[in-house]
Amino acid sequence: MDFDLSEEQRLLKDSVDGLLKSSYEFEARKKYRAEKGGWSRDVWGTFAEQGLLGLPFSEDDGGFGAGPIETMIVMEALGRNLVVEPYLDTVVLGGGFLRRGSAEQRAAHLPGIIDGSKTLAFAQLEKNSRYDLGDVTTSAKKSGSGYVLSGEKFVVGHGDTADTLIVTARTAGGQRDAKGVGVFLVPGNAKGVDIKGYETQDGSRAADIKLNNVEVGADAVIGNAEDGLSVVNQVVDDARIALCAEAVGAMEEALKISVEYIKERKQFGVAIGSFQALQHRAADMFTALETARSMSYLASMASSFTDLDERTKTVAAAKVQIGRSARFVGQGGVQLHGGVGVTMEYKIGHYFKRLTMIEQQFGDADYHLRRVAQAGGITE
Amino acid sequence: MDLSFSKEETAFRDEVRTFFRESLDPAVRKKLQEGHHTSKEDLVNWQRTLNKKGWAVPHWPVEYGGTGWSAAKQYIFLEELQKTPAPPPLPFGVNMVGPVIYTFGNEQQKKHFLPRIANMDDWWCQGFSEPGSGSDLASLKTTAKKKGDTYIVNGQKTWTTLAQHADWIFCLCRTDPDAKKQSGISFILIDMKSKGITRRPIQTIDGGVEVNEVFFDDVVVPAENLVGEENKGWDYAKFLLGNERVNIARVGMSKERIRRIKELASSVMSGDKPLIEDPQFRQKLAATEIELKALELTQMRVVAAEGKHGKGKPDPASSILKIKGSEIQQTLTELLLEVTGPFALPFMPEGEGQNEEGDWASPIAPTYFNYRKVSIYGGSNEIQRNIIAKAVLGL
Ligand SMILES: Cc1cc2nc3c(=O)[nH]c(=O)nc-3n(C[C@H](O)[C@H](O)[C@H](O)COP(=O)(O)OP(=O)(O)OC[C@H]3O[C@@H](n4cnc5c(N)ncnc54)[C@H](O)[C@@H]3O)c2cc1C
Ligand SMILES: Cc1cc2nc3c(=O)[nH]c(=O)nc-3n(C[C@H](O)[C@H](O)[C@H](O)COP(=O)(O)OP(=O)(O)OC[C@H]3O[C@@H](n4cnc5c(N)ncnc54)[C@H](O)[C@@H]3O)c2cc1C
Repeated sequence: MDFDLSEEQRLLKDSVDGLLKSSYEFEARKKYRAEKGGWSRDVWGTFAEQGLLGLPFSEDDGGFGAGPIETMIVMEALGRNLVVEPYLDTVVLGGGFLRRGSAEQRAAHLPGIIDGSKTLAFAQLEKNSRYDLGDVTTSAKKSGSGYVLSGEKFVVGHGDTADTLIVTARTAGGQRDAKGVGVFLVPGNAKGVDIKGYETQDGSRAADIKLNNVEVGADAVIGNAEDGLSVVNQVVDDARIALCAEAVGAMEEALKISVEYIKERKQFGVAIGSFQALQHRAADMFTALETARSMSYLASMASSFTDLDERTKTVAAAKVQIGRSARFVGQGGVQLHGGVGVTMEYKIGHYFKRLTMIEQQFGDADYHLRRVAQAGGITE
Repeated sequence: MDLSFSKEETAFRDEVRTFFRESLDPAVRKKLQEGHHTSKEDLVNWQRTLNKKGWAVPHWPVEYGGTGWSAAKQYIFLEELQKTPAPPPLPFGVNMVGPVIYTFGNEQQKKHFLPRIANMDDWWCQGFSEPGSGSDLASLKTTAKKKGDTYIVNGQKTWTTLAQHADWIFCLCRTDPDAKKQSGISFILIDMKSKGITRRPIQTIDGGVEVNEVFFDDVVVPAENLVGEENKGWDYAKFLLGNERVNIARVGMSKERIRRIKELASSVMSGDKPLIEDPQFRQKLAATEIELKALELTQMRVVAAEGKHGKGKPDPASSILKIKGSEIQQTLTELLLEVTGPFALPFMPEGEGQNEEGDWASPIAPTYFNYRKVSIYGGSNEIQRNIIAKAVLGL
C-alpha cells in the first residue's frame, strides 16, 4: 500500500499548482468569466502548452498516456482555484468518449483537443431524465447510412462554446430501456442545432440545446449505436471520479480560507478562532475533507477496475461521501465567516456554490446511496 | 393543558385566512410561492391593505393602532400571513423601531412616526452592525457628537438590509467615548436624505442586493431625533433584539415551503415515478415536518407563557426558536435544491427564465445560498447556543 505520489506525479502537481497560482487569482477569475463564452482562451492555451489537455490520451494518439492519478492531481488543482475552463467537459468527458472511439474518430478529434484548439461538451440531460443516464427520449433515426437526431438536451456544461457535442440519443427501445442508446458526435454548428447558453450558479457556463432533425453520418457514432449505454456509464463514472477530486481541492481551499479568516477576525477583543464552538466546526470540516479525500483516492483507483459492477459501485460510494462532505464544508465555511460569507466579495461563497453544484452533478448523495444500497453495500 | 385552538380562535383563523387570500394580489402571492423577489411597491401596497383593515400593527398597544388580540390570535395572524404566503411586514418599522418609539420615545416622536410606520409612509432600516462589530455589537464605533441642538454623526454601518429603499435609519451611535462598551451608546433616528450619507450596495452570493454599507460623514441630525435618554441606547437595543426573536421561527413560512416542496416533487420525475413517491425522499421530508411540529409547539409554549406573564424580558429559551427555526428553514431550502436536481444549475437573473425549466427552478439555488444568512443574522446560532448555555443552563 502506497499513498505517495511518484516523482513525476509530484512534478505534475507542482507545475499545475504553479501555473494556477500565477494565472488564477480571484480577480483574474472574474476577468476570465467576463470573456466571450465565459472562460479564457489564454489560460486554455497554457493548459495545452503544459500538456494538461493531452494527459489521458495514449502516446499513439499524441497524448501522454497518463492514468487516473494524474487526472486527479489536475482536478484537485482546478478545484482549489475554481477554474471555469472546460476541462471536465472537453478532456474528461469528451476525451473519455473519444478514447473509446474508432481510430478515425481519434485521429479527427484528439489533436484538436490536445493542442487546445477544440473543445467538447456532453449533451445528455433531458427534461425528465434526472440522474438516470439511460433515460433518453432524444431520437436517432436511421437515414441512409447515417442518422437524424431530434430532441432537447439541457444544462450542457460549456455547450455554448463547444466545437463538438457528444449527444446521447435513442436508436431503439422505450424511454428507459438500457438497450438502444447511442452516442453521437455532432458539430456544434451543424444544421438544426439550436444552442442557448447561459451562466451557471457556480460561475461557469452551460446551454440548453435543441436538435431539430440534425443529420449525421455513420462515422458520428461512437461504439455501437444500439448499445452505447455501457460506454456512457463508464465515461460518466470517470467524470464523477474527476468531480470527487475537484471537490476535494475546493474543500481543501475552503477550509484553508476559513481557518485563516477565523484567526484574523476579531470579536469580543479576541480572534474568533479562539472560540471552541468554531474550533470544533473547523475540526469537523477537516474530518469531512479528509474522509472525502480518502474516498476520492479510492474512486481514482477504481477507474482502472476491470470488474465494471465493482467500479460503478465504488464510484457511487465515493460520490456519496463527497456529496455529504462538500455540503458540510461549504456550509460550514460560510458560517465561520459570518455575514461576509454570504457576499460575492469574499471567496468562500464561491467555493460554497461550486461545492453545491458538484454535489448535484451526475447524481446527488441520495441517488448514489440508493445505488450502493441496491448493490448490497460495499463491504467485502 | 389543551393543545388545540378554541372555537373562537378557529373562527378567527378562518377570517384572516379568507381576508389574506381575497385581498392579496395573486401575482404577488405567486412570486412568493415560487421564491421570487417582491418589489418595494408590493410590500408597501400590502402594508396599506392591512392598515385599511386595521391590521397593520396588531401587536402594538391599542392606543397606537394595535388590535388588542390575545397572544394566540397574534400567533395565528402571523402564521396565516406566512402560509398564504403574503409579504411579511418589513420588520424594521413594525417590529423594531415602532415598539422602541412607543415604549421609550417622546410624544412628538410617537405622533409623527407611528402612523407613518403603520402605513409604510416611511421605509425604515436598521443601522446596528458595523464592519468590526457583528456578534460583538457593543464594540460599535460610529459616533454622534453633541453640537448645539444637533448631533454630528460619523462612522459606518454595514449589512443594512434594504437601505436602498430606506427613508429613515435607526442607529446605535457612541455618544460618550469615555464610557465602557455598553454604556455610552445612544439610539438615534436619522433621515436617509441627510447630507453626508452614502450607501454602497453589497451583492450577496445569490446575485441579489438586499444589504448595503451606509457611510456617515459629518451628518447633522437634530437632537430631537434621540430616542429616550442619551447613553441608554443599549437598553433599547436589547429590548428591540428581544422583539426581533419573536417571529424568527417562521413556522408558517416553513409550512408553505413544505407545501411547495410537495407540489414540485409531485411533478419532478425520478425514474418512472414522481420524486414524491421515492421513500428515501419522503422520509427526509417527513423527518423535517416532525421537527417543524416540535418547533411549532415550542413556539406556542413561549407565546402562551408571554400571554400569561406579560412580555417583559425575552425568554432565553426563545433562542431555541431561532436555532431550530433557522435550521429548518435551511433544511427546506436543501430539499428544494434536491428536488430541482440538475436544473438548479442555470443562473437566470431575476425574471429572465430562459428555458422552460428555468421558470420554476431558477430561484431555488439562489434561495438555498441566500438562506445561509438565517443562521448568521439576528444573533448567529453560535451566539444563541452561548445564550442557552449561559442564561438557561448556568454554565
Ligand atoms: C469505557 C471507557 C474506557 C476507558 N479506558 C481508559 C483506559 O484504558 N485508560 C485511561 O487512561 N483512560 C480510560 N478511560 C478514561 C477516559 O480517557 C476518560 O473518560 C476521558 O479522558 C474523559 O475524562 P472524564 O471521564 O474525566 O471526563 P471529563 O474530562 O470530565 O469530560 C466530561 C465531558 O467534558 C468534555 N470536555 C472535557 N474537557 C474539555 C475541553 N477542554 N473542551 C471541550 N470539552 C471538554 C468531554 O468531552 C466530556 O464530554 C476510559 C473511559 C471509558 C468511558
Ligand atoms: C443578509 C444579512 C442581513 C443583515 N441585516 C442587518 C441589518 O439590517 N441591520 C444590522 O444592523 N445588521 C444586519 N445584519 C448583520 C448581522 O446581524 C451580523 O452579520 C451578525 O451579527 C454576525 O456578525 P458578523 O457578520 O460580523 O460575523 P462575526 O460576528 O464576525 O461572526 C463570525 C463567526 O463567528 C461566530 N462567533 C462570533 N462570536 C462568537 C462567540 N462568542 N462564540 C462562538 N462563535 C462566535 C459567529 O457565530 C460566526 O459564525 C445582517 C446580516 C446578514 C448576513
